[in-house]
Amino acid sequence: MRNRKNFVHYLILAFIAVAVIIYITPIYWILATSLKTLSDITTKLPKFVFDVSLENYQKLMPSEGVPDVTYLFLGEVFVGLLLFGFFSLFNVRGLPRALSLRNIGLIWNSVFILTCLYSFLVLQPLQSRLQTDARFNFLLLLVCTIIAYLLIAPWRRTGGLTSQTTKRQRLTFVLPSVFGTIAICVVLANGGSKYFYQLLNSIIIGGGSTILAVGLGTLAAYAFSRFDIAGKDDLLFFILSTRMLPPVVVVIPIYLMYSALGLRDTHFGLILLYTTFNVSFAVWLMKGFIDEIPKEYEDAALVDGYSRFQTFLKVILPQSVTGIAATAVFCLITAWNEFAFALVLTEVGGRAVTAPPSITSATGSTGMDWGKIAAGTFVFLLPVAIFTFLMRSHLLRGVTFGAVKK
Amino acid sequence: MQINHPHRMSRGMSDYQLKMAFIMPTMILLILMNIFPLLWSLYLSFHRYKASMPAAPRFIGVRNYSRLLADPEIWGYFQTTAYFVILAVAAQFFIGFGLALLLNRDFRYKGFVTTLLLLPMMLSPVVVGLFWRFILSSDNAGLLNFFLSPFLKSPIGWTTNPKVAMLAVVIVDTWMWSPFMMLIALAGLSAVPKFLYEAADVDRASAWFKFRWITLPLVSPLLLIALLFRTMDAFKMFDIVYVLTREGGPGTATETVSMNLYKLAFRNYNTGKACAMAYILLIIIVALSNIYVKYLNRVKGDTQET
Repeated sequence: MRNRKNFVHYLILAFIAVAVIIYITPIYWILATSLKTLSDITTKLPKFVFDVSLENYQKLMPSEGVPDVTYLFLGEVFVGLLLFGFFSLFNVRGLPRALSLRNIGLIWNSVFILTCLYSFLVLQPLQSRLQTDARFNFLLLLVCTIIAYLLIAPWRRTGGLTSQTTKRQRLTFVLPSVFGTIAICVVLANGGSKYFYQLLNSIIIGGGSTILAVGLGTLAAYAFSRFDIAGKDDLLFFILSTRMLPPVVVVIPIYLMYSALGLRDTHFGLILLYTTFNVSFAVWLMKGFIDEIPKEYEDAALVDGYSRFQTFLKVILPQSVTGIAATAVFCLITAWNEFAFALVLTEVGGRAVTAPPSITSATGSTGMDWGKIAAGTFVFLLPVAIFTFLMRSHLLRGVTFGAVKK
Repeated sequence: MQINHPHRMSRGMSDYQLKMAFIMPTMILLILMNIFPLLWSLYLSFHRYKASMPAAPRFIGVRNYSRLLADPEIWGYFQTTAYFVILAVAAQFFIGFGLALLLNRDFRYKGFVTTLLLLPMMLSPVVVGLFWRFILSSDNAGLLNFFLSPFLKSPIGWTTNPKVAMLAVVIVDTWMWSPFMMLIALAGLSAVPKFLYEAADVDRASAWFKFRWITLPLVSPLLLIALLFRTMDAFKMFDIVYVLTREGGPGTATETVSMNLYKLAFRNYNTGKACAMAYILLIIIVALSNIYVKYLNRVKGDTQET
């Protein structure tokens, strides 16, 4: 009996293994194709053993060669991740460690900010039709880094030794890595790479709309969660139903409106649209998270003399950081993957075109360079895959608008 | 209220002001970017108007609607869409539920394996769909035809043969979205209390009996949610069709309603007619999402009770 049970168990494990292989094969094939040479791709039969080459990735780079600053940023991305890994693995407790963590984090972020400043001074804006203003982007990046650092780094000295603060300290090491990746896109786009220019557009539009959508969504979710609102259920349904509309239906009048206002093919126009698209999702998801925070916390703060708004800032927001992060990642992924709006409202090769319509616009020509497409696709999919693994415990909530929790 | 807390008014906003300040930005954004454009397209749907022409919209009553509803071609696109929805959602349901049944046990690296399986649904449909065209290609190095070659006489032209093109779209959509079904089914399965199975074991119930009378009834509300959501989403299918079969080809074999609407609005620039078509689609979607949200709220109530 026991033997038979074991046998069934292993049989099921084998089935699962087969399923995983089937599901992962297409993704593996993207990676494999991106690493093949052109002659290995166009064989009669698929080639499973091949010489690894990076020529497809080189096709994505600027034709005049990669600017030197890129390697500087690449180094910083890796050092940041190494520092993060180091301090996560060697978990020594104590006051000196907390202090050194804070100092190293501060130094590391300053180094990154200085590199940004250096690039800002050194880079010559390229006179191309892409019209990227790399200097402006670096200034923006600089400000973003500083703001993000100030938000993440724990500043209050009291209670500075909890696991929460060390966690936040460690996050400050990742910060330059994230912004360094964006900086690489800026540098390469300025160097004349079309692909990285589109990727940068995706980052700007995705990031901008995510910040707006999560900000607005959190405020509205708090109000829906804590106050009596006339017709609450109907309003919530209305908010959700805007998300359910087919993009193709909404985009026709938006197209006319944007044409009239001159918002077509602008970053602002797409940010506004993606914010609208994501805000309903953010409201629903954030409402689920805020509903879970006990009302007693707020009541206690109110009795202590906080105003409602202060309570929201000092009690609700810190309590819902995880929720905000999860919501933000979902909004980011949605904006990153979005296709129909971007297809209609931007022009291929235009100013604000995002990556999905331009990757797919390669289909027009007769001979398709699958190697290049695979390389572009892989770079495009990688961040989403990383975020999926980071967000794995929140996936269920994300796909059900926060209704099903676990 | 003010008498009890005289200090509250002096410090910051009242609850009412706060409520309005928090909700209004979202509502204004949604009204400006969703309701207003939709009202405009409702207006245009009663007019003859081409966005590519300078001529002003001309009122023609309900002629746009009557023409669309009388056009057998339009019903053909609805048929194509329905065909796709039924095939794809059924495949996703059975594969996803099957996977969830397999995964609903303890083994090492379970979290990692589950996340790996969930990866496809997070990726961009359009970018992945484009690459699937390479995997499904019939001429060189088509991966799927290579694996099927022992069973077939000649390679299948997945995206070029009108008879199987729909199947190709279904395959890609199923690859992407059966993990979604799996995720939700898995949540339902893991919430089934263990003691029910133990009690059934004591009564020597068969495996089928346990599945039919314990598992299925307890999981079905969540499965219904997943089914509804997928149906609604599949009904809107646009991205994969756009890239995989090049805008609904070959011919009109995979031209879904959304694809047709896109062509009507942005290939022919028949804006007035496209707006009318959009409204027909809109009514169907709103009806579907109404059912969806009703069930969502019911499930939400259930999970909060337990």
